[in-house]
Amino acid sequence: MEVATLLPLAVTLIMSPLLLGVINRTKAMVGGRKGPPLLQPYYDLIKLLGKGAVYSRTTTWVFRAGPIVSLAGCVLAATLVPLGGCESLIKFHGDLILLAYLLGLGRLCTVLAALDTGSPFEGMGASREAMFSALAESAFLLGLAALARNTGATSLTQMHAALADGAWSVSGLTLALVTVALLVVFLAENSRIPVDDPNTHLELTMIHEVMVLDHGGPDFAFILYGASIKLWVLGALIINLVLAPSAGESVADLGVALAGMLILAVLVGLIESTMARLRMPRVPQLLVGATALSGLALVLEFGGIGK
Amino acid sequence: MTTAHTQLSRIPHADAVRLDDVPRIEIDSFRAVILDEVAGGCRISALFGVPQNLQTVRLYAVLTHAATSTLALVSCDVQDSYPALTPDCPQAHWFEREIAEQWGVVPRGHPWLKPIRFHHSYRPGHDAWSRAVGSTILPSVTDFFRVEGQEVHEVAVGPVHAGVIEPGHFRFQCHGERVFHLEISLGFQHRGVERSLVGGPNKRTIHTMETLSGDTSVGHATAYCQAIESLANCQTPLRAQVLRGIALELERLANHTGDLGALAGDVGFLPTMSYCGRLRGDFLNATALVCGSRFGRSLVRPGGVAWDVDKPRIEQLSSRLRSALDSVDGAAKLLWDSRSVQARFEDTGRISQEVSTALGLVGPSARCTGIDNDVRHDFPSGIFRFTLIPPSTWHTGDVFARAYIRWMEIQRSGRFILEQLDAMPAGAVRAETGPLAPNSLCVSLVEGWRGEICHVVITGSAGEFAHYKVVDPSFHNWIGLAMSLRDQQISDFPLCNKSFNLSYCGHDL
Repeated sequence: MEVATLLPLAVTLIMSPLLLGVINRTKAMVGGRKGPPLLQPYYDLIKLLGKGAVYSRTTTWVFRAGPIVSLAGCVLAATLVPLGGCESLIKFHGDLILLAYLLGLGRLCTVLAALDTGSPFEGMGASREAMFSALAESAFLLGLAALARNTGATSLTQMHAALADGAWSVSGLTLALVTVALLVVFLAENSRIPVDDPNTHLELTMIHEVMVLDHGGPDFAFILYGASIKLWVLGALIINLVLAPSAGESVADLGVALAGMLILAVLVGLIESTMARLRMPRVPQLLVGATALSGLALVLEFGGIGK
Repeated sequence: MTTAHTQLSRIPHADAVRLDDVPRIEIDSFRAVILDEVAGGCRISALFGVPQNLQTVRLYAVLTHAATSTLALVSCDVQDSYPALTPDCPQAHWFEREIAEQWGVVPRGHPWLKPIRFHHSYRPGHDAWSRAVGSTILPSVTDFFRVEGQEVHEVAVGPVHAGVIEPGHFRFQCHGERVFHLEISLGFQHRGVERSLVGGPNKRTIHTMETLSGDTSVGHATAYCQAIESLANCQTPLRAQVLRGIALELERLANHTGDLGALAGDVGFLPTMSYCGRLRGDFLNATALVCGSRFGRSLVRPGGVAWDVDKPRIEQLSSRLRSALDSVDGAAKLLWDSRSVQARFEDTGRISQEVSTALGLVGPSARCTGIDNDVRHDFPSGIFRFTLIPPSTWHTGDVFARAYIRWMEIQRSGRFILEQLDAMPAGAVRAETGPLAPNSLCVSLVEGWRGEICHVVITGSAGEFAHYKVVDPSFHNWIGLAMSLRDQQISDFPLCNKSFNLSYCGHDL
């Protein structure tokens, strides 16, 4: 095992909360505010880890298992994703399916934990999350399928390596379609505007946040940390696609990819600063639109037109 | 009903009348007069009971006809019950629930007779729900409207909310994300204000007025002072009237600007949210420049105002306002130019003009449906007798309309203040108020930023307050919010709620 394969995982685990810091700082600057420190998400995690947890008497082990399983799912997912020329820690044929379902597993556990509380708010959030993520998942899987067809690889690492060889000049159309679809999935899955508003305190409008209202202390830290890893993992897929490594020098490529991640965070901050949230009935339309783009990319690939 | 009209006494706004001059008629004619007047375009501005002795409660109705700027009074004596107005006149519904709760007088046939503030009757031994004296009454512990059926679910929100806001309980009957019905239950902030005012005025009275609803200090204090001045037959100096007008409009500017920002925040549109949050502070600071309090406290006093402004202060106020108004202009335009925001505002939380009229809504919540009621225009007092601010209306009745009316009012109030600052009349700012006329009644109306504020003062034989009635605009409008949620997405509730932005404590008193 090369040491380099540990790099993407290490970087993910260490740097993922920073993305949230960058997003928040961007939003603050555009809004004419100073904003919280860049490292605030880390401070929050440390603070939460030092707290005790409160459990409602109506909850069972499902509620306590939720945050742990979803964090474990996210960390495992991070082991599958390469970054900027560095191979991932774990790679095998078809690992992209595992990635989708590891993220799905985490979501399932969060949803179950939410339902376990018996609160009407959490039930509402769980139903929204289940509905929207089912739609987002199809866009995600179809997009990955199009990439797999394009590169002839079913492992994320191989796919990444195949993309390195000037794939954009050969099959730019497919890649562009998939990139847009993945960007929508990225925003939806990470409960960002225009799908969800991570800053709102209004329970009735929340999607993801409302499901975790009853978690506190270390459990909530796990959830926040898991969410930031998920943000990083899905972001890394986009960055791998857009900034295919070219230097052949893995350290330089990693640097480019990291810069790309920060730029992606700034982009998210800008999106959130310049548009309002969609009305909730419109969210499925956006996600179905993303699915259509992924599907189109796949069709193009099968027809051999994308190249 | 030609006879009905003769039974009314039509009085000029904010003029004291002798109690004996208020027509007292039988309950049947009382109902007929009110129904007839409401059918003819009147609103019920106040409907309340005043106990006469152990058996009798006298009901007073204050009817306002905006189109002709007339205000009419009528009264009748009832015992333990009377035939309810509500089935024939929906806008009486909340008033009749209040009368039942306060005096144990049952409006027979009221379709939804429940307490509104959850306290014991003020007439011991008379309780509309036969609750024992001394029993515990918990707020919101009562029956709620329920929709039954498969996949229908109930969502209960509050009284403790996620944000730092006032307590209120909301019950949604939902089918998936769709709201069939919303019922709002308040009363958590009930302080017994009206009862505490009886026997006054005293040192505390003005402070009570300024805290009826903290964001409407100037509005309520002005309504109170108008009533006192009229009962004391005191002429307020012109300069004081101008200062009161400026303070009232500054209050409107601050709240409307804050609301635009909060509306933007509710749809996740950050730029306008942050800018308006700061600009609201600028308007509050402008108020502080006049009287030292950001919320306009200790400014409006019976007989005039407590603080005068000197020349440099006027200039400073004027220049600060100009720059704040410029910035609001930019922040608001960002909002209107952003299509993603408009997609959220338009067609959300719609109420029709029919519903608004039937329920007697006031302020921007009524004007958003094209109704042009505005006390500053219809029943002008103080400086508004000389300077007209045109009522701002829109026709769509949705969140956009309520937001856009706020924007129009910001511009018009801004212009009004700047005009007034340019040409302040000279002279004193406060006159002496003598003793209050005994056995009299005075109705005082003010257009607060939420809408019509109505104070009714009844004095006793020594000129003391025998009864004091406060009707905050929120009292009329909460039901409007409930209606606007019909057939809407439950996720749009916070947005609709913010577009009304009603007062809990102003309602609960």
